[in-house]
Amino acid sequence: MLDWRWDFTLDILPRLLVATGNTLLAAGLGYAIAIVLGLVLALAQRTPSRAFTMIVREMVEFIRSTPLVLQIFFVFYVAPQFGIRLSPWTAGMIAIGLHYAAYLSEVYRGGLDSVPKGQWEAATSLNLSTARTYFRVIIPQAMPPSLAGMGNYLVGILKDTPMLSVIGVAELMHTANAIGSETYRFLEPYTMVGVIFLALSLPTAAAIRLFEAWLRRKLGMI
Amino acid sequence: MRENDLTGYPPKLEGPDRPMVRFANVTKSYGSLTVLDSLDLDVAEGEMVTIIGPSGSGKTTVLRMLMTLETINGGVIYVDGDPLTHMPQGDRLVPANRRHVRQIRSKIGMCFQQFNLFPHMTALENCMEGPVHVLGMPKKDAQERAEELLAMVGMADKRDQHPSRLSGGQQQRVAIARALAMRPKVMLFDEVTSALDPEVIGEVTNVIRKLVSEHNLTMLMVTHQMGFARDISDRICFFYGGRIEEQGTPDELFNHPQKERTQQFLRAVKEAV
Repeated sequence: MLDWRWDFTLDILPRLLVATGNTLLAAGLGYAIAIVLGLVLALAQRTPSRAFTMIVREMVEFIRSTPLVLQIFFVFYVAPQFGIRLSPWTAGMIAIGLHYAAYLSEVYRGGLDSVPKGQWEAATSLNLSTARTYFRVIIPQAMPPSLAGMGNYLVGILKDTPMLSVIGVAELMHTANAIGSETYRFLEPYTMVGVIFLALSLPTAAAIRLFEAWLRRKLGMI
Repeated sequence: MRENDLTGYPPKLEGPDRPMVRFANVTKSYGSLTVLDSLDLDVAEGEMVTIIGPSGSGKTTVLRMLMTLETINGGVIYVDGDPLTHMPQGDRLVPANRRHVRQIRSKIGMCFQQFNLFPHMTALENCMEGPVHVLGMPKKDAQERAEELLAMVGMADKRDQHPSRLSGGQQQRVAIARALAMRPKVMLFDEVTSALDPEVIGEVTNVIRKLVSEHNLTMLMVTHQMGFARDISDRICFFYGGRIEEQGTPDELFNHPQKERTQQFLRAVKEAV
């Protein structure tokens, strides 16, 4: 039978909960970077310059087509060769933020494309500037259709934070590994990591669905 | 193309008789398909000109070029004396930059077949967006003006509604108010009743009738409502195959059409009703 010890589980729980804070911080920071940078990448593909669009497209494809864990290693271990010394947190946030920015830029692209052409024409007929057209007319309408995809990637980035353990970011997985190697007990820490992730992911997904419905109502687009 | 051959075009139209809108030898084509073929058309200040014709005759393209939603392949468009598609450089014309286009374009307003209201803004916000953020009007003044215009189109009580809560006729009336809020000198109506249920067409055409009788706006309209066009237009242009086949007063064109294609078109329209 399984050798599950409740007293041990209770013992390690405080340490795991502290690490959960780091996991949330890593996911939150990474996602914040990805949300902004993703929009930049999406808008950068809509300039009149064909060449520039191609370069950004290829960059996005490159990031999406290589493993995240490789990108994390790369930023952390290769950047110092160019004289850039980064802490595990900084390197981790750059790598995961950039990786998810590439994914989110595709979500935004779909959202932006879904705004009817007539909206652009109305903005032109009112003589709105390009920036104003994007930020007041197009992006608000591109948001609701983008939210489902954005939500998927929020849960995705949360579940990908354990990859940061490879460069020593003290998030959940890293802490569970540490507990395991100190005590030679792996069942309880890994199980608890799974339970905690489940407890984080499920409400997040539900909250996103509620937010999406709320936003559509708020924007008057039911 | 003749894009570079702009020697014959004046950099500015002057004199008291200058038209509000002039299409000078304007050509528009998509690849090998010529949509408009050397169009010459003047619209005087305060004049209401309606464009009719079979689909594919280029009539909507005329309005879209004037709103700069389409580029042109040849010729020059003038608005209120200034070139719209080009700008003067010394004593010749060169293709206009964005800034010049924006400056001249501010004299033109447009209403669309599909209304194209901003769905995430209320009726009032739709009418304030341009005045506040393009014209730089103080919010309070812009709101007053927007409320006046919404009242004029009979939509004062719906000012806080989003477009999704409004009927097609109501949306189109808000769209007219939104365009007028920018104080254009030229208004373009592109099949503004085509997407409407028959019973609400009247509420939109009545607003346009009111504009014609009470304001000195220059208007260009594309419509399939022949009776409406006949009532309110100063001049009707019948387009066929990218050219003006025939034009004249409503009486001349509807009652005494000279060209056979005009007669055919009018017969076909009459039979459809």
